[in-house]
Amino acid sequence: MFKGKKIIAIGERDGVPGPVIAECLEGAGYEVVFQATECFV
Amino acid sequence: MLDSTKPVRIGIEGVSYSLTHVPDLVRFGSKPLRELRAQPALGAELAKRLRDFAAATAYAPHQVYIGNIAPEKLRDLPRPWYEKLIEGATAQGRFGDLVDQAKFYALLAGADQFNLVSFEEKWFQAQAAAHSIGRAPRFKPLSEIQNLCDKGALPLHSADQLVGAFESAHEEDASLAAEVLLENLAGKVSAAHSLRLVLDSLNLNPDDIDFVISCSEEAVGDRYNRGGGNLAKAIAEDAGCGNAAGCDVKAFCAGPMYAMVHGASLIQSGVARKVAVVAGGSLAKLGMKFESHLKNNMPVLEDVLGSFAVILSSAMPNQPCMRLDSAAFHPVRAGAAPQAMAEYLAEKPLARLGMKLTDVDRYAVELHNPEITVPSGSGDVPRTNYLTLAALAVMRGLIEKNEMTDFVRTRGMLGYAPTQGHIPSAIVYLGHALDALRSGTIRNVLFIAKGSLFLGRMTQLSDGCSFLLDRNEL
Repeated sequence: MFKGKKIIAIGERDGVPGPVIAECLEGAGYEVVFQATECFV
Repeated sequence: MLDSTKPVRIGIEGVSYSLTHVPDLVRFGSKPLRELRAQPALGAELAKRLRDFAAATAYAPHQVYIGNIAPEKLRDLPRPWYEKLIEGATAQGRFGDLVDQAKFYALLAGADQFNLVSFEEKWFQAQAAAHSIGRAPRFKPLSEIQNLCDKGALPLHSADQLVGAFESAHEEDASLAAEVLLENLAGKVSAAHSLRLVLDSLNLNPDDIDFVISCSEEAVGDRYNRGGGNLAKAIAEDAGCGNAAGCDVKAFCAGPMYAMVHGASLIQSGVARKVAVVAGGSLAKLGMKFESHLKNNMPVLEDVLGSFAVILSSAMPNQPCMRLDSAAFHPVRAGAAPQAMAEYLAEKPLARLGMKLTDVDRYAVELHNPEITVPSGSGDVPRTNYLTLAALAVMRGLIEKNEMTDFVRTRGMLGYAPTQGHIPSAIVYLGHALDALRSGTIRNVLFIAKGSLFLGRMTQLSDGCSFLLDRNEL
């Protein structure tokens, strides 16, 4: 689904954090160009 | 961490909570201030959606906050809570009170030692003077107040009426700008108010307090010491705790949990006999989600400053106590995944006490009011946290997957705290927890709070702290 795409991963403190999303996607061979975690409360 | 077979308990003498309703300061919250500068027309729309004090008082989550309604009753109350107001609600609660804006202005004036705030005398005498404590208020004619505001002071309103001005303390120091100092002074006076409440409710002499720990979020200091802190000592002074020293313990939203552990440790070590853990409200977070509330034709619900004060001392027989030997922190190596947080802040510390996740009768987590957060797409934060704990219980074979909803319902609760950062983070439940432990409704509560360290751009890490409460049954 993300093949050949550059990925921006925005995670959430009470959900899935940015580094975790990035690790999963990079592990699957995708290119994460930016990741961050935000707190929305 | 303590490694002993004997429980280490620190007594919780009492806790107070207060909500300060400041509709005319919502515009100075970080988000509204920025958006209103960009789109001044939003100001009128915001003003139309502000609640009056009666509506804020009769708002069910606020009644839970000050102790008049038990959190478990909240799920039975019709929604939306901002429309289905509680009939006969009062601003006085079993744990504290709601403070109106005029009283708050009087408290600001009384706590101002640097001539930052001034009011128009006629308005002040009619509306606020009855609540004056501390220093005499500074009065200026309305023309001079207007002049100050034209030069950059923050205008203080009462509905449409300009009634005062809040000045900066230095022309070039951004850390002493009016916006920053108003945040800091609001934190100080709201915390001091809660401290006075708990001292009164326990019939304690302020001089009995040895040490005050503030876990308020404000970065008090000048440009060379931004965040230098020790708001605690200013709060102690304001509440008349003449024998107390103090310091601040900060860790984003997890600050109150750390402050409790530090306070309990001072008592356990014999360094202090009676410690107050306090926090004032976060003015920066007022109106944080106001745009979503406007879009959904709701009142702007983030119109209150939250505060609390806890008194800790040596454990007495049958008293609800904090188990210092249960205190747990989130280590650097743990990673920020929700499962890791639950393991390090719940499963592992419970295992140290010989307990499982299902041995905890109630969990206090991030108890943000979902009516505030869901419309903005931030989700139901407490529910997410409870589901993570329930999922871990399923993974460990403690419950079946189809029992997760029951786990969340019986061991959790709906959120009821305003989005004030440190205030909703578990500590908001302490008053109800003491009630439930005293009555025997529950045997224990695990308090878990998380901190978003990544917001400061110094690390990608999350953080957290937890501890168990139970009764000191001998």
